[in-house]
Amino acid sequence: MSEATPKLNHHSMTRTQVVDAYFMEHRARLLDVAAFLDRIDRAGPGVDDFRMNAYRNAIALLLDGKPERTRRILEHFSDPSTTPIPAAHVKGATGAHDPIGKAH
Amino acid sequence: MYIDPHVHMVSRSTDDYVHMARAGCVAITEPAFWAGYDRSSPQGFFDYFRQLTESEPRRAAQYGIRHHTWLCINPKESEDPVFAREVIALIPEFLKKENVLGIGEIGLNKNSRNEMEILEAHLQLASDHNLLVLVHTPHLEDKLKGTLLILDAIRRFPKLDPGRVLIDHVEEHTAKHVLDQGFWCGMTLYPDTKCTPQRAVDIIETYGSERIWMNSAGDWGHSDPIAVPKAQMEMRRRGHLESLVRQVTFGNPQRFLSQSGRFSAEPLRPTAPDITR
Repeated sequence: MSEATPKLNHHSMTRTQVVDAYFMEHRARLLDVAAFLDRIDRAGPGVDDFRMNAYRNAIALLLDGKPERTRRILEHFSDPSTTPIPAAHVKGATGAHDPIGKAH
Repeated sequence: MYIDPHVHMVSRSTDDYVHMARAGCVAITEPAFWAGYDRSSPQGFFDYFRQLTESEPRRAAQYGIRHHTWLCINPKESEDPVFAREVIALIPEFLKKENVLGIGEIGLNKNSRNEMEILEAHLQLASDHNLLVLVHTPHLEDKLKGTLLILDAIRRFPKLDPGRVLIDHVEEHTAKHVLDQGFWCGMTLYPDTKCTPQRAVDIIETYGSERIWMNSAGDWGHSDPIAVPKAQMEMRRRGHLESLVRQVTFGNPQRFLSQSGRFSAEPLRPTAPDITR
């Protein structure tokens, strides 16, 4: 079994260059997240489904100060089971694991 | 210049071929895919395999793009194992076609027992014929579990060399699993559901540039057939060397695909339309 190749051993951009290049784009995306949550609020009272529960919990991962946020958020949205399901009743995916299994 | 090693051109327009050629695409590989609906008979797959091996290469050649393909029944249509085995039985006669590189895109979709049975049938076919394998990993919440199940399944076929198997649609939570076991990995550049060009370049910066490629997986859904040149632009924006850009968008796919003995990215003079067809 071979090992994954090592990281590229040079940083293509400095920290400041990364912020210069990407801040405006990601400021806009942050506002999109806020606007999405505001849109849900305006739609009226209700209870979050499993997707929005996972979404709000994922936002907390952004702010925990730990590295590899992308990997950890993807894992957070993932089905944690390890064996094949008996049968596939749908073809699509919802984007978040449904802990009570209604999405399957 | 680039290779798009995963794109479903039967679902795309001639305008897309024009845009891809102008952006520098010289060769593509097209895995067999789900049509967006379940085909009603194995004969439907016979016709589809003819399209992939006969008519689509001619269409691509009109734009100076070399077309290659992979054959299978996609995991989205594998829930009926009797039907799926009838389709798999059609594949050997098409393996003689000169643009067929191997078996793909096989894999799992919802990670069901029947999907696993048909994945193993495809792996047996590839093992028996010493073919390259292109593997689809599931979408979204099913990807991590499905990827791990697929890697376990491939290890049950000792004649399949991981260096001849590409695990596609990796993201940040699956790339390391794939690379650590010696497989190749593909990153699919999608607007919403897989990697953006920016995240794909992040993954290269994190895990290195060996045994990795990028593709558009353009199909009939929301996708972008010129996503690979957009990732090239992203690499240049970050100051990566031109040699690295070329490695991950041309050299790596060429190296993996050439193991088939049938792949070519040599310049192709655009051909005239065949007015007899």
